[in-house]
Amino acid sequence: MAESGENMRSGGTTEEMKKVRGKTARKRDQDEDEEEREQIFDFNNKPAETQEDDDPSDSEDSVYSGLEDSGSDSDDEEEEKDSDDDEDHNDVPVQRKEKKDEDGGVTEAAAEENKGDEYEHDSSDEEDIRNTVGNIPMEWYKDFPHIGYDLDGKKIYRPIRNKDELDEFLDKMENPDYWRTVNDKQTGSDIILSDEQVELVNRLQRGQFGDVNFNEYQPSVEFFSSNVMMHPVTNRPADKRSFIPSLIEKEKVSKLVHAIKMGWIKPRRVEDDSRGRYYDLWASEDSSILAKHRMHLPAPKIPLPGHQESYNPPPEYLFTEEERALWEQQDPSDRKLPFVPMKFSSLRQVPAFPRFIHERFERCLDLYLCPRQRKMRVNVNPEDLIPKLPKPKDLQPFPTTQSLVYRGHSGLVRSISVSPSGQWLASGSDDGSVRFWEVCSSRCMRTVQVGGAVKNVAWNPNPSVCLLAVALDSVVLILSPSLADRQVVLSSERLLLGQQEAEPAEEVGPITWIEAEGEERNQGIHLKIQHPKAVHQVAWHAKGDYLASVMPDHSSHLQVFIHQVSRRRSQNPFRKNKGLVQCVSFHPVRPYFFVATQRSVRIYNLVKQEMTKKLQANSKWISSMAVHPGGDHVICGSYDCRLSWFDLDLSTKPYKMLRHHKKAVRGVAYHRVYPLFASASDDGSVIVCHGTVYNDLLQNPLIVPVKVLRGHVITNDLGVLDLTFHPTQPWVFSSGADATIRLFT
Amino acid sequence: MGGLQKKKFERGSATNYITRNKARKKLQLSLPDFRRLCILKGIYPHEPKHKKKVNKGSTAPRTFYLLKDIRFLLHEPIVGKFRDYKVFVRKLKKAYGKSEYSSVERLRENKPTYKLDHIIKERYPSFIDALRDIDDALCMSFLFSTFARTGKCHVQTIQLCRRLTVEWMNYVIASRSLRKVFLSIKGIYYQAEVMGQLVTWLVPYQFSHDHPTDVDYRVMATFTELYTTLLGFVNFRLYHSLNLLYPPKLDTKSESELKEANEDDYAMNSECYLEKLSALSASLARVVSTAEEEEGEVDQFPVEGEDMEKMEAREKEQKQLEAHKKIFEGLKFFLNREVPRESLAFVIRCFGGEVSWDKSVGIGSTYEVTEETITHQIVDRPNTDKQYINRYYIQPQWVYDCVNAKVLLPVEDYFLGVTLPPHLSPFVEENEGDYVPPEKLKIMALQRGEKTAPEQEDDNEEEDDEEEDDEGDDEDENDDEEEDEEGGAEENNLKKMEEQRSQGKSLQVKVTPGKMKVVDSARLEQEEKAEEKRLAIMMMKKKEKYLYDKIMFGKKRKTREANKLAAKRKAYDDAEKVKKKKAKK
Repeated sequence: MAESGENMRSGGTTEEMKKVRGKTARKRDQDEDEEEREQIFDFNNKPAETQEDDDPSDSEDSVYSGLEDSGSDSDDEEEEKDSDDDEDHNDVPVQRKEKKDEDGGVTEAAAEENKGDEYEHDSSDEEDIRNTVGNIPMEWYKDFPHIGYDLDGKKIYRPIRNKDELDEFLDKMENPDYWRTVNDKQTGSDIILSDEQVELVNRLQRGQFGDVNFNEYQPSVEFFSSNVMMHPVTNRPADKRSFIPSLIEKEKVSKLVHAIKMGWIKPRRVEDDSRGRYYDLWASEDSSILAKHRMHLPAPKIPLPGHQESYNPPPEYLFTEEERALWEQQDPSDRKLPFVPMKFSSLRQVPAFPRFIHERFERCLDLYLCPRQRKMRVNVNPEDLIPKLPKPKDLQPFPTTQSLVYRGHSGLVRSISVSPSGQWLASGSDDGSVRFWEVCSSRCMRTVQVGGAVKNVAWNPNPSVCLLAVALDSVVLILSPSLADRQVVLSSERLLLGQQEAEPAEEVGPITWIEAEGEERNQGIHLKIQHPKAVHQVAWHAKGDYLASVMPDHSSHLQVFIHQVSRRRSQNPFRKNKGLVQCVSFHPVRPYFFVATQRSVRIYNLVKQEMTKKLQANSKWISSMAVHPGGDHVICGSYDCRLSWFDLDLSTKPYKMLRHHKKAVRGVAYHRVYPLFASASDDGSVIVCHGTVYNDLLQNPLIVPVKVLRGHVITNDLGVLDLTFHPTQPWVFSSGADATIRLFT
Repeated sequence: MGGLQKKKFERGSATNYITRNKARKKLQLSLPDFRRLCILKGIYPHEPKHKKKVNKGSTAPRTFYLLKDIRFLLHEPIVGKFRDYKVFVRKLKKAYGKSEYSSVERLRENKPTYKLDHIIKERYPSFIDALRDIDDALCMSFLFSTFARTGKCHVQTIQLCRRLTVEWMNYVIASRSLRKVFLSIKGIYYQAEVMGQLVTWLVPYQFSHDHPTDVDYRVMATFTELYTTLLGFVNFRLYHSLNLLYPPKLDTKSESELKEANEDDYAMNSECYLEKLSALSASLARVVSTAEEEEGEVDQFPVEGEDMEKMEAREKEQKQLEAHKKIFEGLKFFLNREVPRESLAFVIRCFGGEVSWDKSVGIGSTYEVTEETITHQIVDRPNTDKQYINRYYIQPQWVYDCVNAKVLLPVEDYFLGVTLPPHLSPFVEENEGDYVPPEKLKIMALQRGEKTAPEQEDDNEEEDDEEEDDEGDDEDENDDEEEDEEGGAEENNLKKMEEQRSQGKSLQVKVTPGKMKVVDSARLEQEEKAEEKRLAIMMMKKKEKYLYDKIMFGKKRKTREANKLAAKRKAYDDAEKVKKKKAKK
């Protein structure tokens, strides 16, 4: 210990050595210095044999890194100079160090120069002086007779006789020192190891220190402890740098200060525990915020589960096989239930619901992604929606039951007409005949074969004559059925004849008037009016002198003709084609003429020769039209199942659209006396409606359906084709595709 | 004429809406942040009436928000926090990249946080509003509290959820406000009446979750963040309304009882406390300790006539409710280890029963199996080895059915190994014309106090039914025969007459007594009415007709469904009967 104390005190003498050190050495902190020193001290205490003990890695580290500390060097040198008695022990490590310095990097070259006499004391066995080839692989001399050179430069020859395997074996068997014999490659001679050497090898093999006396566990001395010692460890004055503030640190601090000033670095936040602490949030409730967000709708709640969601539902809620298959087939969005009802016999068997998280997630999505809308649920009693109408019972009379069926035709009956007296009924059919029936007895009084499908029949409304107009093909026949009083029959024939005398037949244009003769005359056909095209409809004027005929054609303006029977004159009132004419009608009292085209009804003033009104029917294709006996109302039936009622005083748009029928409306009719009108349709029904018309202009007509009459059989998708009211009784006749005519009373 | 040309889409509805992307840009937020903001603030998209107009003429599918809503978001302080957070993340990344760990630490310490208190206050200006919207919060919290504490979401969130749900359950127990329970295949539905609001929540069964991959947990976590805050405040207010301490503390008496039991099993005291709370077996400490709960009695006001009736009805209802709250009062339950402990303990405690379980099942058990006073032991296995004589061994469904029926049901149907009667949903309220399962009718009869021996009566009924059926069949057959005979007789007569005629013999003129045609006036009248109605329907306006048809269609479908259920039930019952008969033989 005294020795080490001496070392410490002599630290001052090594000043100059320090300067030699590389710059890197400065950075070395003192701790490492201390460690190093400790090691060195230990060595110093050791005897000479410790040469091999030194852990090579330690010393190498210190040398190669160039960070060799001043302490060890100074110690060594100082000892060299000061204490001679120690030299024997010390010189070994010093020398070794020096050599290694030479090997790598040599930083202390200058210092070594001073100690020239070192080799005198050299006892190192590493420097082999018997062979000067140095530390080279000896194989290089394999092919030579010598194995190197001695100090004088003479060849050292290989021992003459090399041992072969046999010699080796014999040697092994005989020589008791064979196990401790080692071949020295440098000299080629065999060396027998001494006992000490063998012991050393054994110790090294066991990983122990080479020196027997060395105690590796001796108690360490703590120099640098927390206790303040009386004497300093080193006596050197403090560094200059310890007085001068560090520039680097200054830089760093100023950077931090700047960052704090600029707000880039914030002071450590005080951990506030107010997060997650609850208090009475609604202590001061004010309703003023409530009205703030008017558009906000609260989210609807999830519907509550029904019986089918139970783990043990009643058996009727479980799926049958088909229902289950259906459920599996359906798209998830179409399914009525989002799950399959299941039954478990006890609670412990119920498994986890696999879609639980999904459902919750979907709810979340609904909450923030779905647009919300206030759906007004109509909470009405359906009975309240039904309009309150007067009872049909109060609106009697109207036809209620089918009372008579007129059978006789073999083809579908296109058209029927009742005589103005109400006693006779004429019907035209596709079987090419016109039949006259007695209304009350349903007896067929006469049959006139006209030789062609009859499109339309119309009885002359004038009660003083008895004439029937029949439209077939391109001819209009004027028939005198002679079913009335003699007086009437005569007067009607006179009407037909009279004109002939008055007016010589002047053939003008496309119309020809032909007097019927012979057989036809006997049947009652008096006149034939030949048209250029097929005639679809005929209509009489109320006075019974004028007759209008319709030849529907897209391309021609010759669609309507008005004939004057008494003078046998025909004229085409229109110069222009305004569309396909469906049907025409005369105003019952005033000189107006109604022409129904596909979509509209035009009303012409015959006196002024101009159009007065155009009614828009709001339907695709008008099929039929009827004019109210008062003349202010018109009804139109159309093929798109509608019936439109026009009030001529109100507007050109329908006052009411009735969609009572399921199929195309074929015919419409007004009763002449009673406030009734009816429509016939392809669905086989006749619907009778009450339609009161008031004289008071302010009151709208009252329309009430009163009866649905069924009786006709639908044949070939055709039901009722035509209908007409009895002139005086509340009866309605209808003709159908089943070749019958029926009377409803 | 003249003037500036009007530009399109610069007025009207186009200016009231804003697309999502535009809104996002206006707020300068990324899409996930925008989403979070919308969730927290309760902003949802709106469907404009004229989509094309709002979409500036395009028909591309877009999400629209009300411009007002977005303006409203613009002033939200949380938006600033979101931006801060974005900056924080960027700084943190940078520091990591430069491996400046000291600054990483510094940044970490200053991580921006936000509170949602003001949002809760804003969204739910009054406490009742908050209660109205608490359903989803409860469902979500209960779900999150069952999550495993690994991955998916923060452990703190799970713990918080657990804490809040336990607090909620404790409140419901303390206030006795549970009304209905329903065991569904999804989980257990509870319905409580809290301050006049019906609150329904769903608790999943206690299984570990199989986390689906197609679920965005970030969205769920954001919702949970909001909901936990909401639930915390609601709990606070509710606890204070009952004069209970918040955060909840166990009653000193019960606490000391529990303390002895198993203190050492839990390392952490706080954990132990939450466990004790969640055992739901002890009552909570009050701010003002009152020995007995004071029931607010309704004062009597002198009223007359209709009000009187109403008053009486209300009183009756109140009485019923009181009785319902106490149906398990005086009963002592013991839960076997295979039954869902938490749910049963919750329900039983809510209705005044005492409950305990095996000590090894969980903390908080109050008495042992061997306790003599136990009245019901809840078991969910076919049989048990050791049975005590003085208690009923019943299956757990009994507890839930009793709660829903509001009376103590006969225990016979719920004994061990017995096929349980169906468990019905208490949430279904049958209107007229709906299908009512027969079990429900039975329960309703019980509620009315019609005490019947169920088994015997069932048999009787069945027999009666059979007899009736037989009789009915006989009658029908007889009728048919009679009709046949009549028709046959007439025909025979006619045939005879025709034969005679054809044979050319002189007619045996015979006047058969004519039958009086009975005019069923009632039926005629009905028919007339029906026709009137049909005619009136014809005159309906198009719009009304459509509505009428729709209503009628819905009605028809409803009856069809009810009929289908009834038919299915009948088929099932018949099959059962046949089986029974076979078994008898």
